[in-house]
Amino acid sequence: MFRTILFSAFGAGLAVCLLVTLVQTVTTEPLILHAEEFEGGGHDHAAAAPHDHDAAAAATDASVVAHDHGDGSEWAPADGAQRIAFTALANLVVGIGASLILLALMVLRGAGIDARRGVLWGGAAFVAVALLPALGLPPELPGTPAADLLDRQLWWLGTALASGAGIALIAFGGHWAVKVAGLVLLVAPHAIGAPQPPSHDVAYPGALAGEFVIASLVVSGVLWTLAGASVGWLYQRLSRTT
Amino acid sequence: MPVTQTAAQTVTLSRSNRAVPALLALILGAGLIFTAGFAWPSALHNATHDTRHALGLPCH
Repeated sequence: MFRTILFSAFGAGLAVCLLVTLVQTVTTEPLILHAEEFEGGGHDHAAAAPHDHDAAAAATDASVVAHDHGDGSEWAPADGAQRIAFTALANLVVGIGASLILLALMVLRGAGIDARRGVLWGGAAFVAVALLPALGLPPELPGTPAADLLDRQLWWLGTALASGAGIALIAFGGHWAVKVAGLVLLVAPHAIGAPQPPSHDVAYPGALAGEFVIASLVVSGVLWTLAGASVGWLYQRLSRTT
Repeated sequence: MPVTQTAAQTVTLSRSNRAVPALLALILGAGLIFTAGFAWPSALHNATHDTRHALGLPCH
């Protein structure tokens, strides 16, 4: 069974990698590259001190403590083919990971597994780990002032877990009190509040930020729904033959 | 009722049988997402930079 899970997730991850990389190339990537032009005058990701955040922080007059990329000696992929290749590799890793998580949850749930159910789980995951966290920490372009990285990562993880649990309680809870508890879990992270940036001055033209939020949510939506649909479809086929 | 008991045991067995691979898959999947989306080493961050931004994960 574990082999079937692994094969299904790997196949789904491959599909996610191909489509998400393609979608990124025409949506988020041009915006990231555009924003980086304002980060200390370098389009060159590798040479410009793994994109120079000190210059960006100085330009926006923000004390951005978390923007620490070390000195210029840190390795970074060169712009162009190498950068795209590493982004595609990262998408493959995320795609397999997302597919594994969705399939594991579907297996634990114990209902039937197919493409239709997979897409529903993927859609719910998108709400839990992209849409709701974005309410507190909107997807950011390089050169955006932000709070401490670890604080943001912890809030993000807590929000994703609470939202996922909340959706599950609402969807599967039998008693109304369980559903209410789910609703509380959905709202709680936002009542606590996300770590706030020291300022809202950005190095790039501000209108790009809005475009990027939508582009990023579209990319996440494609990732999670495709991962769910393809891993459900593959698992159904593979478990029938084994 | 031996028959009912056997049926109940089968259900329990199949549930725990699928729980182990599912939990393994869950841990593996979370590990992959963490590596690509959250891990701090600079080279790892730089390699996955665009994907982290594109997915709205906290970056930098």
